[in-house]
Amino acid sequence: MGNSILIGQYVPSNSFIHRLDPRTKIMVIFFFVIFVFFANSVPSYAWLTTFAIGTALATKIKLSFIMKGLTPVWFLIIFTFLLHLIVTKEGDVLFEVFSFSVYTGAIKQGIAISFRFFLLILVTSLLTLTTTPIEITDAIESLLRPLKKIKFPVHELALMMSISLRFIPTLMQETEKISKAQASRGVDFRTGPLKDRIQAVVPLLVPLFVSAFKRAEELAMAMEARGYQGGEGRTKLRELKIEKIDIISFIIFALVIIILFFLRS
Amino acid sequence: MDISFKNVNYTYQPNTPFEHRALTNLSFDIPSGSFVAVVGHTGSGKSTLIQHLNGLLRPTEGEVRIGDFKLTANGKPKGIKNLRKHVGVVFQYPEHQLFDETIKKDISFGPSNFGVSDHEIEKRIPKVMEAVQLSTDMLERSPFDLSGGQMRRVAIAGVLAMDPSVLVLDEPTAGLDPKGQKQMMDMFYQLHHEKKLTTILVTHSMEDALRYADHVIIMDHGTKYMEGVPSEVFTQKEKLQAVQLDLPEIIQFLRKIEEKFDISLPYKGQTIPELAAELTLLMRVGDEHG
Repeated sequence: MGNSILIGQYVPSNSFIHRLDPRTKIMVIFFFVIFVFFANSVPSYAWLTTFAIGTALATKIKLSFIMKGLTPVWFLIIFTFLLHLIVTKEGDVLFEVFSFSVYTGAIKQGIAISFRFFLLILVTSLLTLTTTPIEITDAIESLLRPLKKIKFPVHELALMMSISLRFIPTLMQETEKISKAQASRGVDFRTGPLKDRIQAVVPLLVPLFVSAFKRAEELAMAMEARGYQGGEGRTKLRELKIEKIDIISFIIFALVIIILFFLRS
Repeated sequence: MDISFKNVNYTYQPNTPFEHRALTNLSFDIPSGSFVAVVGHTGSGKSTLIQHLNGLLRPTEGEVRIGDFKLTANGKPKGIKNLRKHVGVVFQYPEHQLFDETIKKDISFGPSNFGVSDHEIEKRIPKVMEAVQLSTDMLERSPFDLSGGQMRRVAIAGVLAMDPSVLVLDEPTAGLDPKGQKQMMDMFYQLHHEKKLTTILVTHSMEDALRYADHVIIMDHGTKYMEGVPSEVFTQKEKLQAVQLDLPEIIQFLRKIEEKFDISLPYKGQTIPELAAELTLLMRVGDEHG
């Protein structure tokens, strides 16, 4: 199920990107997303692409696997490109198709925007590829901690996030299991008229909801039985720590950004 | 229906870092009307195997035949629905698949998907309720009001109502109390006998495999490790222990007696009372000689 979808999947490995503090990764990606919008020339885009591909290679995950996982997104990228071809009317007319003029500016814009899009998606999916969901929520809790001063329920938010992330694979498994059981009883989820297919979802959804509620209740009970009362005074098994490797990564990233500004036109 | 696997390989998520080979070069034959137990440790490929039996999975390589149906790696098989009508699968914890408002509707769900007429379904319902030992008074109740064991019986009745000629059981007694386990296994055995159902039982219980099956397939790491008549397979202690499987209790007991009293007591399908009688006799003979 969902074999081709890469977004949100974690691939275990022992690369230094995997070992970085999740906060480092989130911050670097946060700033990368901002600075992608500063690129405005061929060298600056080439520079950011080098950085992105370099980072992807450093994860030790096969590049072909990452690219294949982005297949659903390719469609969006190509769509953006085509949209720009049609909408933008700058520069000289390059050629005409069916009395429709394509401008040089449109090609430039189209390439620039779809490239930007590609870079954003590649780098952000590197985060989830190399960081476990638990690490990501820990990092978010830690990064949002200042908001506690204005009584924002940071811990509760992080807990909700980690519980939902934790149960995504469980629910996927459950869905697969029940859909197989119903398929064995003659339900056809894939063919037939739309009305039938919508009806075929009921035997899948009802058992899923029943088990999800049951699970939620059991989880709440188990947490209470183990004395959970919220974030106050709770300690952590794995403390997040900024190490030398994180500082080095920050410095490298800062250099990348400084060079980017020199390459701008 | 005769079932045969020929050099079947199955790989989950091929060409990804999560690639995982679940079945390797698996071949066996199951003649129509037999009762086969598939035994193996967790992760030995049992569940993957049974999903090939009604076309939920198709082999990555090799060929699966079920009656006239043929499943191979390429080419969408035609008439898969017809195959599923003939092969009833009771999955692990089948009570999780219940969804309808009343027990009656839930049981009718399978057969009506396969185009069985309402009239025919009405006739089948009391029969399957009787087979799973539930009272027909319950038919209008919600399946969610029942106890776990009763829910499982309803789910099984839903599969039996499809009137399959092959019944696949994936650990049907998991999570039941010992008495319930025995009742359920006896029920399946009776069905197998009366309706000549080809039955394939996936189990962790060596006792059940020994008692009910006439053929055992022992799986290990996705391959067939041993195959044969239960009384022969289950007496090879060393070979079984190599794949972390124990001997059935009754055979362990015989072994202990042989060691302790230095007599030979071959296993020939005795039940515990028969064995007790045999032992009493032996002891008397022993007394007379001594």
